[in-house]
Amino acid sequence: MTPLDTLKLSFSTVASYRTRSLLIVLAMALGVAAVVVLTALGEGARRYVVGQFSSLGTNLIIVLPGRAETSGGFPGAALGQTPRDLTLDDALFISHLPQVRRLAPLNVGVAELASGGRLREVTVLGSTSELLPIRHMKLSQGSFLAQGSERSAQIVLGSVLAREFFPDGKAVGQRVRLGDSRFLVSGVLAVQGESMGFNSDEIAIIPIDYAQELFNTESLFRILVEARSRNAIEPAKAAIRHALTLRHDGEEDVTVITQDAVLDTFDRILRALTLGVAGIAAISLAVAGILVMNVMLVAVAQRTSEIGLLKAVGATSADIRRLFFAEALWLSLAGGAIGYALGHFGAWMIRLAYPLLPAFPPAWASVAGVATALITGVIASLLPASRAAKLDPVLALSGK
Amino acid sequence: MIRLAAITRVFRMGDQEVRALNNVSIDIASGEYVSIMGPSGSGKSTLLNVIGLLDRPDGGRYELDGNDVTDLSENERARVRREKIGFVFQSFHLVPRLTAAENIELPLMLEGVAPTERKSRVDAALDAFDLRDRARHRPSELSGGQRQRVAIARATILRPTALLADEPTGNLDHRIGAEVMALLEGLHHAGTTLIVVTHDRELGARAHRHIGMRDGEIVADET
Repeated sequence: MTPLDTLKLSFSTVASYRTRSLLIVLAMALGVAAVVVLTALGEGARRYVVGQFSSLGTNLIIVLPGRAETSGGFPGAALGQTPRDLTLDDALFISHLPQVRRLAPLNVGVAELASGGRLREVTVLGSTSELLPIRHMKLSQGSFLAQGSERSAQIVLGSVLAREFFPDGKAVGQRVRLGDSRFLVSGVLAVQGESMGFNSDEIAIIPIDYAQELFNTESLFRILVEARSRNAIEPAKAAIRHALTLRHDGEEDVTVITQDAVLDTFDRILRALTLGVAGIAAISLAVAGILVMNVMLVAVAQRTSEIGLLKAVGATSADIRRLFFAEALWLSLAGGAIGYALGHFGAWMIRLAYPLLPAFPPAWASVAGVATALITGVIASLLPASRAAKLDPVLALSGK
Repeated sequence: MIRLAAITRVFRMGDQEVRALNNVSIDIASGEYVSIMGPSGSGKSTLLNVIGLLDRPDGGRYELDGNDVTDLSENERARVRREKIGFVFQSFHLVPRLTAAENIELPLMLEGVAPTERKSRVDAALDAFDLRDRARHRPSELSGGQRQRVAIARATILRPTALLADEPTGNLDHRIGAEVMALLEGLHHAGTTLIVVTHDRELGARAHRHIGMRDGEIVADET
């Protein structure tokens, strides 16, 4: 019997036992779809988190005042000293390091914003023009704090603030009062939504000098540093630490963190999670495989006399085995294909329902899901097929 | 040429041994028309199954067309069955999912004949057995006589040297049974060895050689 004939004959068999075949295909398809959808969810969560982090900026190094690690005694403590402030001069010094592409010093505080009789508390960021590219922010109107214009009283409003204070949409060029000072609105941020629990649509950004004056501080909250490249992150980190230690009289009293370390950890955890749910979904495929085996064992029992007949007209044991094998192949192929489609449809529905979650099933999961369906189906057919092949034709024909 | 020498076939029923065939020796020449008769349990079906290589004897030698086929492997037995033997059963044994034409095509498919040649040979068989307008019908849509004609067409499609029929008219009424027998006898006239197992005396009497069996042994062999 040629392989093509085997495939054709087994296909017509599968097609004629409609209900039974449909149920097996359904079980297989659900297993494959579960693999695809669950990995899409896991992968979506991973991409979401990674996306959230990279919306903070790429190759980002964050410098904060004070020590976050305990090492040795703090010699100044005996003299009643506190860690030194992180100052604008420090920032300026770091900005000359070769590994640093740009940086933005940052002060954060809350102040009262007022204009045209409207009044509300807003989170105020004090920074420089470099904040925009470092934090990957975009403007919808006007211009950001112009370079070298840290001394001019400009303010950039978040999109929600702009809409609340200037419903007519003409915020740029208007005057607002922040705390006790007056500012000129130079630009409006584009809608960005929430990122790491921080809504940049409801902030106001002013030049760093004004912020320090407003909040009456010399110390910076953070310095956001962008390294020249991913590879430059570690050298930049070391250089910054070294430079600031020198500037602070040999005292290492700043903490330098990179988001890449955090990001890598999240990435690893979520990848492991995706693999885990894929494994759980694969168990349902194994169950489907057992179902295939059970149904095919029943089929062998039901079709005993047919198997006897095939042997009587000259089918070899190998022919019979291949026929049952091919039936399992068709069933799992159909199950795999339908499950694949169903899974991608499900992932699409999830993306539709939760647009924030990029629930795209990873290619490896689709391939592995379909392959697992094929392999379990074929393995499950081995026992029934060999049982059919071993049937004694005389007994089979007499229906015993 | 079928030559059985001291063939024994033993079945075990619990701890009891049943000698379905006990030291049976028989020669059947090519082109003979033989009936095997006897009460049920006399071993006539077992004899037919041994001749048709469906069953393996526990002792003795079997020579078919000059070749010793006693110790052939399972695959070789399947090949010999395909090429030299045609079976016709009382209960037809058609594959219910396949059409009449597809049932007739089965041995050709197992033999690995190319599809185009298969089609022309199946068409010829459909014409020869007057089944042309039933080609696309499934067994459940055919009458008993038509089913047996499909079964005979399937049994003869590879031109076997021997046609083995086990109660071929057992499930048919008298008139249709006679038609089927006439068909089988026609094949015999064309040169095929025809061996019919039956317990119908009238049917058995039509053969040219009558073998009587009882308790696994040949008790009569008359021409």
